[in-house]
Amino acid sequence: MTYTVLGAGVMGLAVAAELTARGATVQLCDPHERPGPHACSWWAGGMLAPDCESETAEEPVTRLGREAADWWQARGVGVERRGSLVVTPGRDRAELDRFARRTAHHSSLDAEAIDALEPGLERRFSRALHFADEAHIDPRAALATLRDGLAAAGVPRVGMSGDGPVIDCRGLAAREALSDLRGVRGEMVVLRAPDVHLTRPIRLLHPRHPLYIVPRGDGVYMLGATQIESDSRAPATARSVMELLSTAYALHPAFGEAALLEIGADARPAFPDNLPRIRQRGATTHVNGLFRHGFLLAPAMARMTADWLLDGTRPEVMDDEDHRQRRTA
Amino acid sequence: MPTFYGTQVDSRLMLGTAQYPSPAVLEQAFRRSGAGIATVSLRRESAGEGAGESFWGLIRDLGLPVLPNTAGCHTVREAVTTAQMAREMFGTDWIKLEVVGHPDTLQPDPFGLVEAARILSDDGFKVFPYTTEDGVLAGRLLDAGCEVLMPWGAPIGTGLGLNNVYGLRTLRAQFPDVPLVIDAGLGMPSHAAMAMELGYDAILLNTAVAKAGDPAAMAEGFARALEAGRLGYEADPMEPRDMAAPSTPVIGMAFLE
Repeated sequence: MTYTVLGAGVMGLAVAAELTARGATVQLCDPHERPGPHACSWWAGGMLAPDCESETAEEPVTRLGREAADWWQARGVGVERRGSLVVTPGRDRAELDRFARRTAHHSSLDAEAIDALEPGLERRFSRALHFADEAHIDPRAALATLRDGLAAAGVPRVGMSGDGPVIDCRGLAAREALSDLRGVRGEMVVLRAPDVHLTRPIRLLHPRHPLYIVPRGDGVYMLGATQIESDSRAPATARSVMELLSTAYALHPAFGEAALLEIGADARPAFPDNLPRIRQRGATTHVNGLFRHGFLLAPAMARMTADWLLDGTRPEVMDDEDHRQRRTA
Repeated sequence: MPTFYGTQVDSRLMLGTAQYPSPAVLEQAFRRSGAGIATVSLRRESAGEGAGESFWGLIRDLGLPVLPNTAGCHTVREAVTTAQMAREMFGTDWIKLEVVGHPDTLQPDPFGLVEAARILSDDGFKVFPYTTEDGVLAGRLLDAGCEVLMPWGAPIGTGLGLNNVYGLRTLRAQFPDVPLVIDAGLGMPSHAAMAMELGYDAILLNTAVAKAGDPAAMAEGFARALEAGRLGYEADPMEPRDMAAPSTPVIGMAFLE
């Protein structure tokens, strides 16, 4: 029996990798030869930050997200286990207190300790939260590693699915089959700032324009990301980019001298509770709705999908009918 | 219950739809708040080619009258354009008019507000202006065609409550027949109770609920506070006084020991 995985974004590649690793025969169905800007995971930050995400995300995101770093590492992806830092401008101190209250597994750092950990911040902050267990990856390198691993394992790319079971991981492209799936638009910037020396993801809390910065090495940083209730994949607006850049500038003025390498925008697939789902429809298994947690949750979702397909273990994230159908029933 | 432009609503709470952790949490908060009106802010990105359709679908499923706003507009022209887009998108001539006067405080621009209110009223809109507690400005807004006023409690998103109780009380006394809604700045249910005790007709909330650790619980907290405050107002409260006055007379009391 051959499993056909539809969509070669982070979810599709992860499912294909997991099934292949467990000995199943898999083929990938995606119009594109390589991972690229057509998939929203191309634009991801690559933070594996389950504790920070628990500020707003529901409990399963944090718990399932803890599997991510080991899973990526086992697939040969370079995982930077340097934790993450959360800071705030002096006048928004209360934001840091609130963040600390609503998250766990962090320690509070003073100026001295921040400087010891991340000297590149140049003592601009007197207090920070350190989430020591968190990690980050380069999402594009991770996608390429999975794709190359599948190719090396002989997983073919096909134009159409065969007769066997189908795992639909197409994200928003599958919305005609999943009426409660929506798009949440995100905009991001990649820049090269050789005068900035940060080694781990930094989150700057701000009541209007929160920002995270993920180092990609060689002075390259990803700034993200807006979150707008819209399916639009249109180019980023000037306003969003100005907000991201001015917040980065507030974090470190040397970002003002950075070279803008990329401005990206896409729409993330999400269900109404922003939690992912596995949903069986006939011979098709939908794995979707990873929202802003693609790289964080794809490993656990891939594991549960494989458990379901190969062993019949019902995934905790499985539901049988969609939200809107249930309501109108 | 308050009546806005001839439409009676069955709650004294207008609840915003921004900044919730997820649409599912938003829905729970609305259910427990008993809100009578849902306010929505229109961003340009969401307006084109049905891009925000799925989110609006969730809002429509709440089954409440929708009050779109012009949040984030800094000029008259921007506010008027946004109002026109909102009318088309939501099929309502109600508009909560915000013209921001200062980027830091987000306080209303009183001059731009009056101008935009006149343009929109003349164009058939039913304008709900976000204003300060200034009584002269209130008069000008009514002259411009507004039949509702929405004075701030405190700057947007601050959660400071009612910053100028004297001013808000004066405004209420000055315009006893105009529906008055406290908009912005409320953080705790007690602030809502106080707005009711001052005789205000309704309140508008967003951040206080959306950014609470448990938005649905906070929504219910506000709902109960509104009920408590309104009951207190309608019950014709006693006047505060300086001297203690025993609730049981002392003279003539029997000494039992």
